[in-house]
Amino acid sequence: MPETERVSPADVRRVAELANLELTAEEEGRMRRDLNAILDYVAQLGELDTAQVEPMAQVSEVFGAGSEQPSEKLTVLREDEVRPCLDRAEVMASAPETDGVFFKVPKVIER
Amino acid sequence: MNAMATGAGSIEGIRSAIARGETTAKAVTEIYQARIAGEDPKIHAFLSVDRDYALAQAARIDDLAAKGDPLPKLAGVPFGIKDVLTLEGFAATAGSKILEGYRPPYTATAVKKLAEAGAIFLGKLNCDEFAMGSSNENSAYGPVHNPHDLDRVPGGSSGGSAAAVAAGMAVATLGTDTGGSIRQPASFCGVVGVLPTYGRVSRYGLIAFASSLDRIGPLGATVRDAATVLGVIAGHDVMDATSSPLPVPDYTENLDHGVKGMKLGVPREYFAEGLDGEVRAAIEGGIEKLRAAGAEIRPISLPHTRYAIPTYYVIATAEASSNLARFDGVRYGLRAPQSDTLAAMYRRTRDLGFGAEVKRRILLGTYVLSHGYYDAYYKKAQQVRRLLTEDFLVAFREVDAIVTPTAPTPAFKIGEKSDDPVAMYLADIYTVTASLAGICGVSVPCGKSRAGLPIGMQILGKHFDETTIFRVGQALEGA
Repeated sequence: MPETERVSPADVRRVAELANLELTAEEEGRMRRDLNAILDYVAQLGELDTAQVEPMAQVSEVFGAGSEQPSEKLTVLREDEVRPCLDRAEVMASAPETDGVFFKVPKVIER
Repeated sequence: MNAMATGAGSIEGIRSAIARGETTAKAVTEIYQARIAGEDPKIHAFLSVDRDYALAQAARIDDLAAKGDPLPKLAGVPFGIKDVLTLEGFAATAGSKILEGYRPPYTATAVKKLAEAGAIFLGKLNCDEFAMGSSNENSAYGPVHNPHDLDRVPGGSSGGSAAAVAAGMAVATLGTDTGGSIRQPASFCGVVGVLPTYGRVSRYGLIAFASSLDRIGPLGATVRDAATVLGVIAGHDVMDATSSPLPVPDYTENLDHGVKGMKLGVPREYFAEGLDGEVRAAIEGGIEKLRAAGAEIRPISLPHTRYAIPTYYVIATAEASSNLARFDGVRYGLRAPQSDTLAAMYRRTRDLGFGAEVKRRILLGTYVLSHGYYDAYYKKAQQVRRLLTEDFLVAFREVDAIVTPTAPTPAFKIGEKSDDPVAMYLADIYTVTASLAGICGVSVPCGKSRAGLPIGMQILGKHFDETTIFRVGQALEGA
């Protein structure tokens, strides 16, 4: 990796937009500094040759490797069947704005 | 000041005293409520308490006892619940302003199981915002103070869960651990904290941070109490497809069988640069006690250990950026007022609602998942995650458990690391490896520093072999 900063001010603004975060100018500078410090630290992963290593997204897939009865340790999925869920009124009680049936939001289309 | 010094009872002590009619659940609950009223203004472990709710739970236990009915396992035992876990009708803030005032309409499975076992819920416990932190300083509601030294952090993110037990304000608590968030505060506060195997405890009702890493576990004053609570909350749950169908053993049954003939690995990478001298001495002393108790101590190597923190911070933040997308001001929690458009409402709500560390992690996670960086960061970290996991699988071919320090230092001062994210992340250097590998672990008190600060030993075990790490912990506790 080059000596130059990994994350530019434009990168911070782009990522903030992707993440729907609004940052003040001060926050933007702080976040750029921190992200660069963290990513400099993360760069040491580049020392490892992982060309032949399968990515591991979750734990349950490896249980088999160390266990005597691998099949028992695998996660089970339930049947895909219709079951009762939370009551609409209870859920809507938590909403910032609702008409009782739908969540209400500011207008979606900008003109 | 530890739980023993403040006269806290054990789970079995309280349950059997109520069963024998020597006390009542109401009396026990009131003792703990009085302790909270006396101690918590200094410590700030609780974000909310509900006196009447707890007393109503206690009344139901006392009714059972009066009838002479058998009492469930946790009957009358006062608990606190980390505020990232839901309890229907109770505020659940996750330590964040974005969920201020939110009252979830459902209860986490682990919490429901505690209630069914007769536990009393004193209140919800302070934590780093969305469980992101190693010091509890990231709580939007103010930090928790370590009961052993009020100028110091209790660790994080389950700082309130550890401090409440240490100060005798709860007999046991639930915490959550994504990279060390149960074990590290347990170490800092001088209590026992359990990281169950991934899949052992249902995550239903846990406000998610990083779903492939998040786990719910107990904290208690003793290994026996912690093991008892894990036995109650563990097990398969249809509401969490990653929860395991493996039967749950009685974790207390063989607790006193000792470590004679057991092979314990000591990984050299955990005793390298960065380890505080007093912590090293305490852990080495603990290892000698286990040797004297009959364990065979074997030096081992977990060669990829130094890559664990960067791997963890890529994977955890990537998952967090996705999980925290749901906080958008539409369905629950905070909504920024007077936004003209939906997009502006999203951005302003998240700007107002999230604290600096949460924003930092969302930005980092979004960055490592974004176009052009996915392979270099996220895929790379997932590959290294496998190497770190294989380190453990290889080691467990020759040892029954692994013993290490839980944290590189005792509790640090409030404010000491809060301006340097990388320095803060290194507080989890010995705990993130087990998080990534999905194995189980427990932190057990193992001496104190000269300044009187607790030091914890981490005992790591194979997937679903909590029984062994509890036996080692019990041997250490009794040595």
